[in-house]
Amino acid sequence: MPTFVYMTRCDGCGHCVDICPSDIMHIDKTTRRAYNIEPNMCWECYSCVKACPHHAIDVRGYADFAPLGHSVRVDRDEEKGIIAWRIKFRNGKKDFELFAPITTKPWGTAIPNMKEASQPDDSMRNSHLLYNEPKYIRLDEGGLHTLESNDLKMKEGVYY
Amino acid sequence: MGYDTIVEDNIDVLVVGAGLGGTGAAFEARYWGKDKKIVIAEKANIDRSGAVAQGLYAINCYMGTRFGENNPEDHVRYARMDLMGMVREDLLFDMARHVDSAVHQFEEWGLPLMINPKTGTYQREGRWQIMIHGESYKPIVAEAAKKAADKVFNRICVTHLLMDDNKENRVAGAVGFNVRTGNYHVFKSKTVVVGAGGASNIYKPRSVGEGAGRVWYAPWSSGSAYGLMIEAGAKMTQMENKIVLCRFKDGYGPVGAYFLHLKTYTQNAAGEEYESKWFPALSEMVGKEYLDTENQHLSHKPIPTCLRNHAFINEVNAGRGPIYMVTKEAFQDPHLEEIGWHNFLGMTVGQAVLWAATDVDPKYENPELTTSEPYVMGSHATGCGAWCSGPKDVSPKEYYWGYNRMTSVQGLFGCGDAVGGTPHAFSSGSFTEGRLAAKAAVEYVNDGKADGIKVSDEQIDKRKEQIYKPMETYNVYRNAITAGSVNPHYINPRQGLDRLQKLMDEYCGGVTVSYMTNGNLLKIGLKKLGLLVEDWEDGIAAENVHELLRAWELRHRILTSESVIQHTLFREETRWPGYYYRGDFMKLDDQNWHVLTVSHRDPKTGEYTMEKAPLYHLTEDEDKEEAA
Ligand SMILES: Cc1cc2nc3c(=O)[nH]c(=O)nc-3n(C[C@H](O)[C@H](O)[C@H](O)COP(=O)(O)OP(=O)(O)OC[C@H]3O[C@@H](n4cnc5c(N)ncnc54)[C@H](O)[C@@H]3O)c2cc1C
Ligand code: SF4
Ligand code: SF4
Repeated sequence: MPTFVYMTRCDGCGHCVDICPSDIMHIDKTTRRAYNIEPNMCWECYSCVKACPHHAIDVRGYADFAPLGHSVRVDRDEEKGIIAWRIKFRNGKKDFELFAPITTKPWGTAIPNMKEASQPDDSMRNSHLLYNEPKYIRLDEGGLHTLESNDLKMKEGVYY
Repeated sequence: MGYDTIVEDNIDVLVVGAGLGGTGAAFEARYWGKDKKIVIAEKANIDRSGAVAQGLYAINCYMGTRFGENNPEDHVRYARMDLMGMVREDLLFDMARHVDSAVHQFEEWGLPLMINPKTGTYQREGRWQIMIHGESYKPIVAEAAKKAADKVFNRICVTHLLMDDNKENRVAGAVGFNVRTGNYHVFKSKTVVVGAGGASNIYKPRSVGEGAGRVWYAPWSSGSAYGLMIEAGAKMTQMENKIVLCRFKDGYGPVGAYFLHLKTYTQNAAGEEYESKWFPALSEMVGKEYLDTENQHLSHKPIPTCLRNHAFINEVNAGRGPIYMVTKEAFQDPHLEEIGWHNFLGMTVGQAVLWAATDVDPKYENPELTTSEPYVMGSHATGCGAWCSGPKDVSPKEYYWGYNRMTSVQGLFGCGDAVGGTPHAFSSGSFTEGRLAAKAAVEYVNDGKADGIKVSDEQIDKRKEQIYKPMETYNVYRNAITAGSVNPHYINPRQGLDRLQKLMDEYCGGVTVSYMTNGNLLKIGLKKLGLLVEDWEDGIAAENVHELLRAWELRHRILTSESVIQHTLFREETRWPGYYYRGDFMKLDDQNWHVLTVSHRDPKTGEYTMEKAPLYHLTEDEDKEEAA
């Protein structure tokens, strides 16, 4: 369902242009407002819809299989850490809201800066471990699985 | 053309494409390379790029060793069975033994993982999947990558890898252009980790017209990982192993949670179970090891994805379609109903839009399913990608050449869809592979393997000329006609894409031929593809920078497609009925084809050579068991 932009709501801020993974939200040179330049390369991923500060972008199901008259709207709030959806059926019989968390921590605070992590020593470098391992694999004292530890070997041929 | 050249020099690790694999690579590279210069070149905006742009509702690869749920080798056996034996078990074992540590970090970073209230463990969807509220999965991993990298270049379409002019077969960086400013970007780097993702839109999609963007894998998945690596001369493996998905019709909404968690099931138009009746004949085709009609259900071995497709396709072709997903029972439970809808909103919003538009309420009506056009990617139930080295402590000699996840090109690494033979990695496994590749890349630099790299100005200038040629072509010939898009001198990228999709569909087993092909068809396909390559080289026209992006995406898709046809031609058997059929070799043939296929395209001549590589399987070490 390709996106479209309501003329009265868009102020040309460009947030949608900045985020669209398909590079298809562009600013029209005459109206100075955003529009979808290539609807048949739109994945209805809603990235632009979520990013628009004015709720100016909406989605109208693909003309070749989605009849008119439906609506799926979204409001994503990073501060509250929540996303809210409202789905309305074409025949009006169903109209409901759904909510989901988008994070469990205040937005962006819990992600480590690897530039500040301590240096790995040589034994770590020479091992098969990655950052925070082995601790983070099982969150106990267990080590990394190896062929040895699990009594395995690699054997050529047809085996099942 | 008046575009600037912007050079970024002295990079140690260049990440090309920062989806799930690339973000993992940038994050981990910083830990091992505190003093290293780490740069990301990404086609879109890293906050919402790649297959996970709209989020995910599940992490499909999690062992749960912490809760005593599975060991890495269990996952290897599962992936092996699902892919009819054809996997790189060293790479899979390695991914599986690390993947949980990635997931535990995601939880710490704020990704909402659902918890099973009864057990206190993560909420399982199936044996390998855990359920998440993953709308912000991508922005969260992007944040980790942004903090780790020295620089992130968004909106750079990488078109080629740079090669060392001093030493053959050694990578030296990459080039591309900014899809907004048009500027030419040169990244000189000691190593490159390619995480540029898989390929949609290679095959003619079922959707038409405005709906052509409604593909299962994202329409921006342009096969760039393959295009870049193939052109640089990296060996590829299992490129014939394309995937067909069984999904909700038209919207391509995922079915995993429906089958596994909501316990919905399929039936034909008459309301009958249809799968099992196709199994005896199928068992004849593939052999008892792969499908044991009598005992499969007893042994609890899951039926391989492709074989379930086979039953679906045959039932529909027999005139008993459509196949329905029976949702009416499960959806009576309001909690399950909510999960059913959340599942779409979290990762395929389009399916929710479609049901709202067509008034399909799965509580009262069973929705239709369909099988999709084929996709070329390497992290779902399929393993296309580059032939990479495994880890020293697991890999046999044929699979090991020094650095984990390094391709056959020195200094060139892969992760996620880019790596071949590693199906069922999914989002978490791709991220993990990025981490593994990054650690190895830093080690490669520290070992001095990148010393003495030289990139000549000729190489840089030649690439620049090539990149902008489609715009040149447009400018030269656009005035030969009055107006419109029909020009005897050129085609535009959309016209080229349509041609590619049509020929792949008809000659290499797409939907309109019910996934059937044979040697003759494949050879015709190759010939026609050759002509498309010629047209691309001399006659692709781009009106603006956005079309230039589409032109280069097409180029990568063409390179990917050629490899797919070559591999499909080489493997003279039907290994994965339900993904595709070789009509001239309808049986699975373990005698001759219990091997991995490996290809090499000579970067100078474009000639292909194909070879077989041995298959190693993980088995119990009997000697050790006896000794113990
Ligand atoms: C509909 C759908 C549902 C899925 N469901 C699940 C699920 O429930 N659970 C799960 O775990 N996994 C799921 N997956 C799979 C998961 O998304 C992939 O396995 C994973 O994203 C692959 O990672 P990657 O890094 O290889 O590719 P991607 O994440 O796609 O990243 C590729 C990156 O490369 C960039 N790029 C591409 N071309 C270029 C270029 N030329 N130059 C520069 N950059 C470029 C892209 O913009 C992108 O950022 C799903 C995928 C889809 C599409
Ligand atoms: S984000 Fe919204 S307001 Fe801003 S340009 Fe796009 S549509 Fe207009
Ligand atoms: S829905 Fe997604 S693909 Fe479509 S215009 Fe918006 S951001 Fe781009």
